Amino acid sequence: MKAGNIKWWVMWLLLSIGLGAYNAYALLGEDKSLYLPGETSHGHYQIEMACDACHGEAFEGEAAIQSACLNCHGEELKAVDDSHPKSKFTDPRNADRVEILDARVCVTCHVEHKPEKTRAMGVTLADDFCFYCHQDIAEDRSSHKDMAFDTCASAGCHNYHDNQALYEDFLVKHAAEPAVRQDAKLPQRNYRQWLTLVQKQSQPPKKLSMADADAPMGKKLDSIEAMRWANSGHAQTGVNCTNCHVDEKLQPGWINKPDFQVCQTCHDKESDTFQAGKHGMRLAQFLSPMKPALGRQPMKENQHDTSLGCSTCHGGHGFNLKQAAAESCVECHDDQHTRAYKTSAHYELWQKEIAGELDEGQGVSCASCHMPRQTIKQKGHQRVLVQHNQNLNLRPNEKMLRSVCMQCHGYEFSVNALADETLIKNNFTGKSNVVVDSVEMAIKREREKKPSLADI
Amino acid sequence: MKRLSHKKLTAVALVGASLTLAGCGEDSTKAAASVSPQKMADALFAVMEADRAVYTKKVINRLVKDEKVIKASEHWQDEKALPLPAQMFRMGSERVAEKTSDFSYSLISAWPINKQNEPKTQAEEEGVKFIEDNPGQNFYKQETLGGTTYFTAIYPDVAVAPACVSCHNEHKDTPKTDFKIGDTMGGVVIRIPL
Repeated sequence: MKAGNIKWWVMWLLLSIGLGAYNAYALLGEDKSLYLPGETSHGHYQIEMACDACHGEAFEGEAAIQSACLNCHGEELKAVDDSHPKSKFTDPRNADRVEILDARVCVTCHVEHKPEKTRAMGVTLADDFCFYCHQDIAEDRSSHKDMAFDTCASAGCHNYHDNQALYEDFLVKHAAEPAVRQDAKLPQRNYRQWLTLVQKQSQPPKKLSMADADAPMGKKLDSIEAMRWANSGHAQTGVNCTNCHVDEKLQPGWINKPDFQVCQTCHDKESDTFQAGKHGMRLAQFLSPMKPALGRQPMKENQHDTSLGCSTCHGGHGFNLKQAAAESCVECHDDQHTRAYKTSAHYELWQKEIAGELDEGQGVSCASCHMPRQTIKQKGHQRVLVQHNQNLNLRPNEKMLRSVCMQCHGYEFSVNALADETLIKNNFTGKSNVVVDSVEMAIKREREKKPSLADI
Repeated sequence: MKRLSHKKLTAVALVGASLTLAGCGEDSTKAAASVSPQKMADALFAVMEADRAVYTKKVINRLVKDEKVIKASEHWQDEKALPLPAQMFRMGSERVAEKTSDFSYSLISAWPINKQNEPKTQAEEEGVKFIEDNPGQNFYKQETLGGTTYFTAIYPDVAVAPACVSCHNEHKDTPKTDFKIGDTMGGVVIRIPL
């Protein structure tokens, strides 16, 4: 072989090895952007570097993708009594519909890596998908005659999955409610009472003072931080330094900055829901924590590198819930809605609650709406959980009606407000300029069908 | 007519352990393996009809109509009420659909509250007319849907209690307001893929 040829072969070999090494590094490292076939949607971009979160191990195919969708979204679909469950489409009598729209799998409507055709709700189908099956709706509902094909899901009237606050009888039941309810108030948190019941404590745990702090020498807090702890819910319920800073299952010795792995020992539901939302979903996929710099929404530059964990919002030692409910949010978020919060009526109420002029739950913080309080049953007893998946009720925003708005406002006031994008941007300062017709239509139909109800 | 595999027959057990078809022993398995689709569908319907009648009479009609201790509502979760018999039936059907594709069942009517439940396929249209015209008789036919051939059986769904007729006659979405006890109000459709 000629020397010149050998030179080319060696160069080819070295280039191949180099390219292979680069590809392997890109595949095995956290940054896998080289392999992204297209930008992911607003719901998944945080975890787009965890390919197997959706594709399964070594790309197992469509069944694995469907299974991954349900792993994260299945429970929610069941909880909201999905209006279009898979079983509707596996019924042989709907085989003709499946040929038009195969709604047995999520990816028929929600294709990932297709930014050019991804629209609101992560839907990649054309906006006429309702029309395929419901084109004759005007025969049954004359009020729907001449409605545009793309208004079903965009006018505040219907959603494909979650119609819990949109069904006709619900509208009738909540028609004519006042803009603000007289008993406007959020459910009270009751974690301590619940814990007492679960742990069958005959007496509440002993309150701890600064003198009780059991941190070893060299790990003692300065007086300000120690005071914060002594005033916290933790100290008041007997949670001492070593309860959080020592966890032999996680690591030997002292844990300097305990985070969600420790917190979830006692606050498992809070941690689970945190990891289901955009703040914590990277942690659930074993990626590095979310940082504002990675977000797609406007964020304050001075917070770009802040890693998100429990103590980022709650603050170590003090665990001030009021701080976590509003000030922590506005420290990072810099969109129009957030910037308008401090001039809103909601914030005015929040200030009054902080000042003690209103009861807990009568003020409106960011968390009041974005981390709604849910009554759940856990370990045999009811408790009010602060839902830490702040994205659960965001899209479509009618999901907020029951979980949030209607705790304090009437239905029509709420649904109209949620339909006015300008009003949302200025954080609900002023009145809605949009009227959702659904309530009026429902009432009209009710009167036609049941003349005895003419007075509703 | 085609014979069914043991796998399909095990589906029978999903709706009632009392059926002799789904026996545990080797002999009963052999016997079950030779059961026709019609016999399987008839057995499934026997369980469905029995459960449906018991729930309607002993739970809904007794507690709602007679003793008046609780409401039954279409919006049973919001209203903290009992699910309506048709909803119980459909919830069961959806649960079965999650577990097996060896058979499926649904409830249809020429006078449905929800228009999505009116007869849709040719077999359904024929069958609903047949059971209405021939009280007490069932309808059987093969049909091909989405490239799969099914043994389709349609059974009369009869008003067995006052709650059935009053609820349907008074519902704002009903197309018929003069149902009487004993009327065939619709049909139960059972499909077995062949």
